[in-house]
Amino acid sequence: MIDQIVQGIFLGGYYALVACGLSFMYGVMRIINLAHGSLVVLSAFLVWYITEHLGISPFIALLIVIPIMAAAGWILQRTVLDRSLRSGPLTPLLSTFGLAIVIDNLLFQRFGADSRSLGPNIGTLSYNGWTLPGGVTVSELGLLTLGTAIVLIVGLQLFLKYAPLGRAIRATSEDRDTAELMGIDSRSVYAAAAAIALATVAIAGMFLGMRTTFAPYAGATQLIFAFESVVIGGTGSLWGTLVGAIALGVAQNLGALVNPQGFFIAGHLLFFCVLAVRFFAAGSFSAGWLKVLRRQSA
Amino acid sequence: MNVLSVEALDSNHGLLKAVRGVSFTVAEGEILALVGANGAGKTTLLRTIAGAHKPSSGKIVFEGIDVTNVPAGKRTRAGIALVPEGRRIFGEMTVEENLLVAGRTGRKGRWNYATVLEAFPMLRRIAQRKGGDLSGGEQQATAIGRALMTNPRLLLIDELSLGLSPVAVNAVYESLESVMASGATIVLVEQDLSRVLRVSTRVACMLEGRIVREGRTSEITKEAITEAYFGLRRGEEVKA
Repeated sequence: MIDQIVQGIFLGGYYALVACGLSFMYGVMRIINLAHGSLVVLSAFLVWYITEHLGISPFIALLIVIPIMAAAGWILQRTVLDRSLRSGPLTPLLSTFGLAIVIDNLLFQRFGADSRSLGPNIGTLSYNGWTLPGGVTVSELGLLTLGTAIVLIVGLQLFLKYAPLGRAIRATSEDRDTAELMGIDSRSVYAAAAAIALATVAIAGMFLGMRTTFAPYAGATQLIFAFESVVIGGTGSLWGTLVGAIALGVAQNLGALVNPQGFFIAGHLLFFCVLAVRFFAAGSFSAGWLKVLRRQSA
Repeated sequence: MNVLSVEALDSNHGLLKAVRGVSFTVAEGEILALVGANGAGKTTLLRTIAGAHKPSSGKIVFEGIDVTNVPAGKRTRAGIALVPEGRRIFGEMTVEENLLVAGRTGRKGRWNYATVLEAFPMLRRIAQRKGGDLSGGEQQATAIGRALMTNPRLLLIDELSLGLSPVAVNAVYESLESVMASGATIVLVEQDLSRVLRVSTRVACMLEGRIVREGRTSEITKEAITEAYFGLRRGEEVKA
């Protein structure tokens, strides 16, 4: 039981890495990026491709992939998301959904349906670990994943708090019109935020490849777990995302204790419960039903 | 030399034509007070000059350059700063952060974090408080300080005393007067006529989107402004 909780925390660290960019983008631009999972898989393929073809460590390959993904984020914001945002909140959902389909199918066309992994390229890191008293296993990779997630989130928080660009991002996310009146170029700030979000996606992609196998259509699963982590922890809050991701990982591992299918069910159940509690707490549920009842009786 | 020149400007507020054929100039170091009843078009005029509203016709020339179609951010970086109605402080950010975020324009000048605190001493003790937790007067001081951080050549202040207690208004004006004394060029929207006559060098009165009376403060009486304010002499649109 304790071991399952510890493994759940490490799994939550991975979910936090994946969810970080999604949470950041939503917090700053109010965009739910449905292509997020596909972008994580794309990053994993890029790291794998560079690692295989240049014969270098995935960590070195990541240094190449981060600027590539950041540039892609910048271009994506300037060409697709910025235009979509101007057409209302639903358009970015449609455009990022379309983007996810394009990425998935391009990956399938280029790499086929075979699963890949970075496991063989990281030596003993994929299986090394320590066994603590009580049969609790602490893997090196799990610890590295969780540590990276914490460092990334602390780094992003410090960046938002103290860096001039970070402050501009916060100001723009709070009141875009007033930020413009303070001389902030909100389009550039949003593009920078998208670049940062996709840089975190690159890191998440490398850890996806190191932890498990991945294939072109694996993006949807990554998106669901990232989305659940963000919602459980509270939308737009990076610390909340970490807490939500760990809660999701622990719930999934405890669910797997009961039944192999319980892994997914427990996670979704936790997500549903948190959503329901938020709904009731906000009064939206009762207000919504009251409207329906009134409409029917009229 | 004119810092600002507005020519035959028309601007809408939603479906309403709020500014109709307004023309005026602001010379360097001048403090122009815009007065008028609610709905006269003062806020729309200021927001149009700042770039927050697009004019439907007319021309805005700032320091000899036509900025009519220049976006708000670029105008601020060029030297036009607006203190908006309702302050619009970033509520989740501290006062210090509110000021520093506006200092990113890269414009050189006398205003930086230290000099703004010097001009507005009340901000020193609330520097680490969040904008959303401040009183109206503290928010107004922060809003003016934030605009000054952009080192503007032209400062637009909308409804400075709106919603503030008399004590808060006095405190804000006390600090603002040192800014005015430094030779700043300001367009000020203010409802308090006595205050307007004390601080401004020129007054323009707006009625139903038009400037109906304009003149040097030293040459215009409070009664004349009041008449124009309420449209009592609408047939005699006089420019002093």
